[in-house]
Amino acid sequence: MSNIAAKAKELLESKAVQVVIGYEAGPTGVVRPAFVTDPAKTDSLIYNENCLQNLAMYLTKHEVKHLGKMGIVATLPVMRSIMMLISEQQVVAENIVVLGISDDGKLLDIADMNVMKAHIEKSNLGNPTKDQEKLAELNKLSLEEKFKFWEQELSKCIKCYACRQSCPMCYCIRCSTDCNQPQWIPVQANTQGNIDWHILRAMHLAGRCISCGECGRACPLNIPCHLLTMQLSDQTYNYFKVHAGTSVDMKSVMSTFEPNDKESFII
Amino acid sequence: MADFEPKVVAFVCNWCTYAGADLTGTSRIKYATNVKIIRFPCTGRIDFMLLLKSFANGADGIIISGCHPNDCHYTSGNFHAKRRWIMFKELMDFMGIDMKRITFSWVSAAEGARWAEVVNSTVARVRELGPYVSYQKMVNTHIEEEVTNE
Repeated sequence: MSNIAAKAKELLESKAVQVVIGYEAGPTGVVRPAFVTDPAKTDSLIYNENCLQNLAMYLTKHEVKHLGKMGIVATLPVMRSIMMLISEQQVVAENIVVLGISDDGKLLDIADMNVMKAHIEKSNLGNPTKDQEKLAELNKLSLEEKFKFWEQELSKCIKCYACRQSCPMCYCIRCSTDCNQPQWIPVQANTQGNIDWHILRAMHLAGRCISCGECGRACPLNIPCHLLTMQLSDQTYNYFKVHAGTSVDMKSVMSTFEPNDKESFII
Repeated sequence: MADFEPKVVAFVCNWCTYAGADLTGTSRIKYATNVKIIRFPCTGRIDFMLLLKSFANGADGIIISGCHPNDCHYTSGNFHAKRRWIMFKELMDFMGIDMKRITFSWVSAAEGARWAEVVNSTVARVRELGPYVSYQKMVNTHIEEEVTNE
């Protein structure tokens, strides 16, 4: 029995939590999320390098929330998502037990949010190296080349909204894309509407994206839409020196301001 | 391109720039007629989606203007707007959408002459850039493809 399974069993048996959200291997061996409520069934919980999905998105879902207190297997991006959700008052810290996983796959002892904060603070808070390289590459292109790149990538979008559904920070019950008066985003998938949608998504995640890259992974057409939000989290740090999801009382970047915010384009 | 008349939409705040534009008129200062002014309660109300919608519906240039920092009627609306536009500009630069078509400015109710200058310089710049077809044509690409495939 792995450490995670043992810890989950202990939490469920002592009734500290009613459900543990983790990863299990599906019938074909593909990793999938698991919601374990029975202490006898914790053996299925696993953790390996394929466990990439950001499980924090389930924390705000009604079906999971109503089960009671939640234990969650959390890698660094998941921990940051939890911090962000607490700071936005979407989940209550007391209702969550974090089964932290270190970068090298070991179970961490996260007793409370202060311990988690300390762990997050000593980790690398920038974008993942692979994505940062791609960003640097794109930023070197000319305006026309960038536009061509995104026009081509986003023309593939079929508006399945998997990017939205997979994102832990996209928890609105009614999204502005579901609203048809006014119709901000056209229903059909045309390139312009797709670009509108991805701009809207990135802007709504500005200062909130915790760089997990889940939107890009969820995309069935492999559109690198995570680069848009990652670019903005990069810029949030550049301009406002804030990393999203680093403390439970973080002020929202886009709904606060400093009178001396620097910009150079407003005349 | 000689007879191209740019369409410019101006999103302005009620308290400063709208009054400023009024002053431009009452002072009999002439400025380009290409601009369509839309009045908003505050710069903080101007959603970035409005910009995208106006580009989609045929605008070639956009002006966004409000009170100078510290002069907002609602104390902080323009500061919030400033943060939003900083992020928006970074995203536009990253996606290759030309920010030369969008002018951000602070124009107070006393700056009638400055409003004329902002409009004239924006119209001149957009005129040089030409119609924004690269954005507007995208809407039909899929439909055209379907038609040709049939």
